[in-house]
Amino acid sequence: MTDNKYELVCGMEVHAELKTASKMFCGCKNDPFGAEKPNSHTCPVCLALPGALPVANKKAIEWTIKLGLALGCKINLFSKFDRKHYFYPDLPKGYQISQYDLPFCYDGKLETSLGTVRIHRIHLEEDTGKLLHKKINGEDVSLIDFNRGGVPLIEIVTEADIHSPEQAKEYGKKLRELLRYLEISDCDMDQGGMRLEANVSLRPVGESGLPSYKTELKNINSFKFMEQAINFEMKRQEKKLIAGEEIQQETLGWNTTTQETFSQRSKEEAEDYRYFPDPDLPPVRFTQAQIDEMKASLPELPTQIVKRWEGEYQIEPRFGSKLFNTASEANILDSLFSSAKNKKVAVDKLASALVNKQISLPIVESDVEKTINDFSALHSVEDVDTVELKTTIEKILSDNPDVKEKYSRGEKQVLGFLMGQVMRVSGKKLDPAAVRATILLSLEE
Amino acid sequence: MLYQEFSTMTDLNKLTLKKAQKLVAEKEVTAAEIQQACIDKIKEVNGKLNIFLSHLDAPVTASEGSLHSLPIAVKDNVCTLDFPTTASSKVLEGYRPPYEASIIRKVKEAGGVILGKTNLDAWAHGSSTETSDFGRTLNPRNPDHLPGGSSGGSAAAVASDTCIIAIGTETAGSIRQPSAWCGVVGLKPTYGRVSRYGIAAMASSTDSPGPIAKTVEDAATLLDIMAGHDPFDATSNPAEHPVFSNSLNKKISGMKVGVLYQDLEGLEEVRPYIDAASKILEDLGAEVEYAQALDPHYAISVYTIAQRAEVSSNLARYTGIRYGNDRSHFGDEAKRRIMLGTHALRKGYADKYYLTAQKVRAKFALDFEELFKKYDVLISASSPTFAQKIGASESSSMFGELADMLQEPSSICGLPGINVPVFRDPETNLFLGLNIVAPAWREDLVIQFGDAYEKATSWNSWRNND
Amino acid sequence: MSATISKKLVDEIAHLANIPLSDKELSSITKAFDETLQVIDNLSEIDTTGIEPAHHTTGLENIMREDVVDNERMFSQEEALSQAKKTNGGYFVVPRILHND
Repeated sequence: MTDNKYELVCGMEVHAELKTASKMFCGCKNDPFGAEKPNSHTCPVCLALPGALPVANKKAIEWTIKLGLALGCKINLFSKFDRKHYFYPDLPKGYQISQYDLPFCYDGKLETSLGTVRIHRIHLEEDTGKLLHKKINGEDVSLIDFNRGGVPLIEIVTEADIHSPEQAKEYGKKLRELLRYLEISDCDMDQGGMRLEANVSLRPVGESGLPSYKTELKNINSFKFMEQAINFEMKRQEKKLIAGEEIQQETLGWNTTTQETFSQRSKEEAEDYRYFPDPDLPPVRFTQAQIDEMKASLPELPTQIVKRWEGEYQIEPRFGSKLFNTASEANILDSLFSSAKNKKVAVDKLASALVNKQISLPIVESDVEKTINDFSALHSVEDVDTVELKTTIEKILSDNPDVKEKYSRGEKQVLGFLMGQVMRVSGKKLDPAAVRATILLSLEE
Repeated sequence: MLYQEFSTMTDLNKLTLKKAQKLVAEKEVTAAEIQQACIDKIKEVNGKLNIFLSHLDAPVTASEGSLHSLPIAVKDNVCTLDFPTTASSKVLEGYRPPYEASIIRKVKEAGGVILGKTNLDAWAHGSSTETSDFGRTLNPRNPDHLPGGSSGGSAAAVASDTCIIAIGTETAGSIRQPSAWCGVVGLKPTYGRVSRYGIAAMASSTDSPGPIAKTVEDAATLLDIMAGHDPFDATSNPAEHPVFSNSLNKKISGMKVGVLYQDLEGLEEVRPYIDAASKILEDLGAEVEYAQALDPHYAISVYTIAQRAEVSSNLARYTGIRYGNDRSHFGDEAKRRIMLGTHALRKGYADKYYLTAQKVRAKFALDFEELFKKYDVLISASSPTFAQKIGASESSSMFGELADMLQEPSSICGLPGINVPVFRDPETNLFLGLNIVAPAWREDLVIQFGDAYEKATSWNSWRNND
Repeated sequence: MSATISKKLVDEIAHLANIPLSDKELSSITKAFDETLQVIDNLSEIDTTGIEPAHHTTGLENIMREDVVDNERMFSQEEALSQAKKTNGGYFVVPRILHND
């Protein structure tokens, strides 16, 4: 990629909307995408009317801690909200309530197959409204919808530990998987439920320490585009570095049509957000005991579960990880597998039947019985006497002489005919896989 | 018996809340008659005094409640559904809030009627009510003079008997100082005692709504209605509040009073009257002595920085996009404060200004903690001067903060305080006030002392009607 | 601690604070700034070593709300837009913000 002269030094910032019922600082419905019309989920607080005051959503805070603990973070026992000031029409108060120097979580990590990515911090803030750009009566205007304003937003910032676009993609995907697993965010990227940003710079291979500059890739709404954008940016930066040119600190977007990064805003001077602690929100203080309790009540994490199933039930990890997205789903599967084991059903085969969609996944606890029955029906097979089977097949083939010829001509559908015949003739329920294998052997002789 | 004194309807506006409640409850007078008397008085004086920015033209009925449809004047930075809410700024000229403040809801649930909205220094930035974008309010006691501020309109409304009782807000002196200049009772509760939800924020960490009334008893009565936890205000105290009216008519003998700031330069005009007030308290049995406190000049700096920083933040929402007019409509004072506040928070300056101010605030809190180990309450003059003449606010860009110097220490620490009148100059008809401060959450003490002082003296112009 | 402040700085602050200022206003505000800075410079006289800043006076902590939708406080679209001078099809309207300048 960069012919090994320079290596990527990349950190990512991911924003995810939490799927609480209500907004972060008011009781408005948290459903910006599902709202019937614009500005229909607003109140004095999220519209920033004179006199309105924020009150923090307890669940949003708890979920933030939950994510931090799942990522192995330390938790700040004393924390607060701060005001971050800037003027933009989608920010009604003229400041965003966020966290500055005491985020809820810090110093965690997420493992990828390409290395550990350290989590620098996780904090909680509120989302902005949405702007739509239009031409009305010949005038260029922006239309503002505040349904999204005030939705709880969690921000996860990594250290600059990412060293390839592939790793960036894997990090993003694993993070999304975890957020969905913990059931705190749907991470719908087309709906803006998860947003990716990457800070990109290069340094000569072999050096350590952070480069003196970075560019920010923003407003990229897919992992594929993120990967492409980082790739492009690496090449662009390398060209400049080799030519001895300076790389401007700037914010870049990704143009999916031209497949190039483009400048959005110069970052010569970092914005002065004039942070100060929000006087309207008393600070948050946890006891170590409360954090320990939250940690103990964390659901088992996906990687742990898959490993456990491999040990307990010999379920192949590649099957195990495909079977669930959320902790609730994993719980139901646990019930299913332990129940199946008790009934002396081959759990690993049950798992593969689920993955191959031969039977459907149980949706609720009470489905577990039925799922086991479905599986048993599927596999209530008698032991296959291979010799008897072969004899049966030979007889069918001799009764249908054209079948072998059709097969050798490439008409594979005769397999289905043969299988049906075998089942009918034998009068027993046989393992389809074994039958098919034996038929193929006979056909190929 | 009492009704005989009020043989003309025009005197009904002079009733205290207590008397009005009694007369209406006993059906000797109707609330409508009282409201009408106030409306008539408004029509008589408002053209000159410019107290009300909006008001009822005819009486209205309210729900059942202890306030018996009695008329209450409300400072125009408090959101009401029934009237525009402008904060006396052109930015909000004509603004009709689609919701109302929690204290208004409480007052209405108790049967109160909002009579009208009173003038203030625009955005509550000031101590004169001269910097309103809609013209200054004049002091009803002597219209060549200012009523003080920023709740000058509410204090003037009470002083002029254009209402029965009023609501003001204090960030640093804005209830107590205009009450002093207008010769009325002004009660600033502990910060967090009364909900701020629905009140255009000035300095979020000190803003305190409170009653401005004709007597201490009236103030306590209204505070009982206004106070209490509000789930919409995260800084409001969840604990239940005591019944403040229970602190009336209680002796103060044996209690300890510390007198502050008497040795400060610039207090020559008021010093002897505070000494005289101290003597009255001694006669009532309290132990009174001079006490030393941190120099309030430092409180000016703390307050100026912290308040302006919060102001710059709280006024950032006014862009004219969702309501109101754009930022070019801000008056000079607002522009100055926003800009200084912005400067105090800038990178490279925030530590020197904002953070230091918050540390000095902590020092004042510690200082008061020490003082309250020795004293039950602390007293001082409410203002270094009598009500000043029209035009005085133009003398300095720091006029407000300098005028409120004696109130700022207790305000920045969130402590409760009350102003009671202690002297009336027969020549000018202007008043002086005594400021009584107690530890946090001890409004009962300021009410107890204020009530005792009021009943032992004749400075309260309504007391004589009892 | 010198407190004279330059007009240039005041102009910068005006931009940061999103306050439109005429030249005349810029001059008068610069003067007012100076006055104020003179008064507040005395803060450095107080010893604040070891003192934690007091950001809140109530001592309250952990004031939060349950995650419940509050239908009573939510506005209809009409109410939300009722006080705006410019609206269109249910949206608030502002002149176009250009990203690339």
